[in-house]
Amino acid sequence: MALQSLDIKQRSATTTPSPSVRQTAEVAKLIDTTRCIGCKACQVACMEWNDVRDEMGSVNGTYNNPTDLTANSWTVMRFYEKENANKFDFEWLIRKDGCMHCADPGCLRACPSPGAIVQYANGIVDFHEENCIGCGYCITGCPFNVPRISKKDGKAYKCTLCSDRVAVNLEPACVKTCPTGAIMFGSKQDMIAQAETRTAELKGRGYANAGLYDPQGVGGTHVMYVLKHADQPGEVGLPADPAINPLVHLWKGVAKPLATATMALVGLAGLFHYITKGPNEVSKETEKELEKEDAA
Amino acid sequence: MIRDPKDLQRYTASERVNHWLVGMCFILLALSGLAFFHPLFWPLVDLFGGGAWARILHPFVGIVMTALFAIMFLRFWSLNIMTSTDRQWLSRVGEMVDGSDQNMPEQGKYNGGQKLVFWASAICILLMILSGIVMWRAYFSFAVDLVRLSAVIHSAAAVVMICVIVVHVYAAIWVKGTVRAMWYGTVTRAWARQHHRAWYRQVTGK
Repeated sequence: MALQSLDIKQRSATTTPSPSVRQTAEVAKLIDTTRCIGCKACQVACMEWNDVRDEMGSVNGTYNNPTDLTANSWTVMRFYEKENANKFDFEWLIRKDGCMHCADPGCLRACPSPGAIVQYANGIVDFHEENCIGCGYCITGCPFNVPRISKKDGKAYKCTLCSDRVAVNLEPACVKTCPTGAIMFGSKQDMIAQAETRTAELKGRGYANAGLYDPQGVGGTHVMYVLKHADQPGEVGLPADPAINPLVHLWKGVAKPLATATMALVGLAGLFHYITKGPNEVSKETEKELEKEDAA
Repeated sequence: MIRDPKDLQRYTASERVNHWLVGMCFILLALSGLAFFHPLFWPLVDLFGGGAWARILHPFVGIVMTALFAIMFLRFWSLNIMTSTDRQWLSRVGEMVDGSDQNMPEQGKYNGGQKLVFWASAICILLMILSGIVMWRAYFSFAVDLVRLSAVIHSAAAVVMICVIVVHVYAAIWVKGTVRAMWYGTVTRAWARQHHRAWYRQVTGK
């Protein structure tokens, strides 16, 4: 996105600062799961705006269709049937799944290809497929299991939060289409305020544990949820306390300079050993001994 | 080709070809692998025709190297079993590094250091092929926690391997008269007598 070259906050496999003189407000998408009716209009709008079409799949006996995120389905509705102790208190929980646009994105940290993953100053994490090499490190780094590699071209894909639309002051396609207003978009601050109002409403209606899902383990996210039972995010398939895995931190963190320095030092040790001690030649004495033996 | 008929045969042509093929694979793997490890090394992907090509080729070269190293392993493992003399040699390696190897314990075909290089390489290659397959997204899909662990193991084993090979290459350059054993297979009698006396006795009967 040439238009946004001044707005890049982080860039994969890049150790110097990205162009960052311009400050922009952080945006966020707020998904109010309590107002979602599971119509999948967001899935359709996503496919339509981004012009991607998934393969025809098969029904697995649930409403989940497609059954998982794919390189062509960047958002899917996930349906959870929750049976409570009182059998008349059945709950149908629906969550629109997709990239969370973490403030501290595990995908970006793991990506080895410079500029294949960028984070804009507004918080959107975007994949630039022209730089993607298809290694799948983004999948290894992601705490939410979001990126998918295309079988067709070997590149990784995921929700862009409609970075192209947001760049020209439009809301993401899923937000635009949602018929119940369950998906909202605005500044992160406004969305948090919106969530607080909604949470208070839900608490008033008896959902004591209603709350906002904006996990701090990944620095907060730019896609947030209002959950009926925010104390149990696992019941809608969300990790309770997501963070970049410590192994990923090790692998793409301290190991890099440490290993590079170690390899450089071993090489230098060899060079300076040679310079200070000189080569280990066969001694003249040994050669003479052999000559004597030969003569005898 | 003029050679001193008194030179000692250290490696057969087939062993040398085997070794160089493994060496070539190692160089390709190290260059492409480093590029995925640290942005500092990223420009190395251009040697392979870009990042995507480096990513495609790396695992296949790894399989070829493992297969070729397996042959080398079968050829040389019995010559690389650690003995008490090797341990003695290793405990006095400081003298060797200091440049005076005249009084080191008598060594067979391989000294303790060479044996360490052999076993370290074998272990690293085993770790890398196993973790590498787990990381190979184009064909495999393992549980993400296992992939994360494999990424750490793969990188760690690679760094150890690179350091070991730097030592291996340096030792061959430092000890004059060594590299020719891998070029055309022979060493001088004096070389063998000084560095591998027990092996010298064994092949010459002296």
